[in-house]
Amino acid sequence: MLRAADVSFAYGPGQAGLHGVSIDVPRGGLVGILGPNGSGKTTLLRVLGGMLPAASGRVTIDGRDLARMPRRELARQIAVVPQETRLSFEYSALEVVLMGRYPHLGAFELESPEDVAIAREALAATGTLALEDRLFPTLSGGEKQRVIIASALAQSAGLMLLDEPTAALDPGYQIEIAALLRRVNADRGVTMAVATHDLNLAAGLCRHLVLLREGRVLAAGPTGEVLTRESVRALYDVEADVHFHEGVGHLMVVPLHRTRGAG
Amino acid sequence: MSLRRRVFLTVLVFGLMAVAACVFAPMVGSAPISLRRVFDRSVPFVDNTDAQIFFVSRLPRTLAAALVGAALAASGVVFQALLRNPLATPFTLGVSAGAALGAMLAITFPISLAFAGIPTVPIASFAGALGAVGVVYFLSTVRRHGLSTNVLLLAGITLNAFFSSLILFVQYLADFSQTMRTVRWLMGDLDVGSYAPIVAALPFTLLAFAVFAWLPRSLNLLTLGADAASARGVDVLRTQRLAFFSASLATGAAVSLAGPVGFIGIIVPHLVRLLVGADHRLVLPASTLFGAAFLVVCDVAARTLIAPMVLPVGILTAMIGGPFFLWLLVRRG
Repeated sequence: MLRAADVSFAYGPGQAGLHGVSIDVPRGGLVGILGPNGSGKTTLLRVLGGMLPAASGRVTIDGRDLARMPRRELARQIAVVPQETRLSFEYSALEVVLMGRYPHLGAFELESPEDVAIAREALAATGTLALEDRLFPTLSGGEKQRVIIASALAQSAGLMLLDEPTAALDPGYQIEIAALLRRVNADRGVTMAVATHDLNLAAGLCRHLVLLREGRVLAAGPTGEVLTRESVRALYDVEADVHFHEGVGHLMVVPLHRTRGAG
Repeated sequence: MSLRRRVFLTVLVFGLMAVAACVFAPMVGSAPISLRRVFDRSVPFVDNTDAQIFFVSRLPRTLAAALVGAALAASGVVFQALLRNPLATPFTLGVSAGAALGAMLAITFPISLAFAGIPTVPIASFAGALGAVGVVYFLSTVRRHGLSTNVLLLAGITLNAFFSSLILFVQYLADFSQTMRTVRWLMGDLDVGSYAPIVAALPFTLLAFAVFAWLPRSLNLLTLGADAASARGVDVLRTQRLAFFSASLATGAAVSLAGPVGFIGIIVPHLVRLLVGADHRLVLPASTLFGAAFLVVCDVAARTLIAPMVLPVGILTAMIGGPFFLWLLVRRG
């Protein structure tokens, strides 16, 4: 569905960028983009979402070049969920979700009852319908993230890109958001790419992984094959125990110690 | 209630408020006048004192107040959305400081830019405003592609300080009467004298308002941040450019007409948000209309509080605005 071919990007000399990255997100897939801080995950996600133009290489969605698509049309195909959202003004949760309808409306068009119905359905799907009239800044971190995911759902896009969707949340909310993402992927068929540094989130959530380090792809493939003791060492310079955990039903990574660098 | 109905009701209520203020304001003042005599065609205009007070003294002030109030309140809303900062004002980015420098130079040095009945000072201050807008825009785009709102904010604050120092320098060169005029200008006054400056400011303001009409939904999305707005289909750079230039144009026109009348651009949007919520499709039209009504009423107060003397309206708005601003800060904390 979404394909990046030999994509490069540079912010400036000495800053991390992307160097010939190729990845493939299959329709209906749930792909994790794993890597340490500064490995280019967020940059890659911004390029994949068309928010940052690639310096070279091509990003295509269903064979169409992102660079040639108008912003609004792109937003009808790809929705993006950032790590954290801060509003500068006090909108209600419903108003925030309705913002997802932007690419479907004309310049002077007001939201129709159907748009409101779509937004409330998205709130219901993320378990936040009871919060619709609450002001967004008064919500907890986990509630905010669910409302933002509802806003992305209201875009009615087939693809959702998520940047560290659980990094700012406590373990309770992390489990909740991971379950929500699995449900959205399975029940609604929304294709997902999740950038994260959290190995265990990726192991539990994603069917495919792309390992990114210093702007280059180290390895890519099914989670069970890619996530190994060796790949964790290569990715993070960390000696780790990687084993199947019966309780959670997926691979777990327990970091043991750093292999080089910091003592 | 559907949004369509809320927009209609909001425009209706705030529109009636603005019209009521504009109708009531020219009737009130230190000298009582009768509307019947004002419109009495049997008395020649030169002999009709009521008509002279109405048409020469009060109506231009009222119209100027409505135009300036609407322009400053609306640009306040747009700047707050653009900078993602509810405490931004139309003067944050240095537009008024540029206008002030232009006005100072015109008052202090014997140059004449008078044109079509518009005196030199408004023209010079408008030129100063445009100059400041150009410098701030250049600074905010020079470091990278796109518009950095952080750099915009810093450039505006720095430019404000720098222009203030230039203003002090020009002041130092000025004589006593020039300094007096300068200080008066800086207070913000609606004593426009004739209809010509209002007519001159009108096209710029209307052009800005026409651009504002395109903005509200995109401004809502900018609240989420540039990336999130872009991901939802907003052309962020185009929206930022339109917002910046239209709000600067409206501010420049307003300041050229009446000087830097303070706090309208922050009091009005915040009061309006308390009443209608955060949606810019309601906040922007409501603030425009309420801004007009608010400054017209302030001007009536400025004309009557210490009658027969007339207080510069900027002093009044600042005396209301200062405590209001502090209340906002405390309330937010």
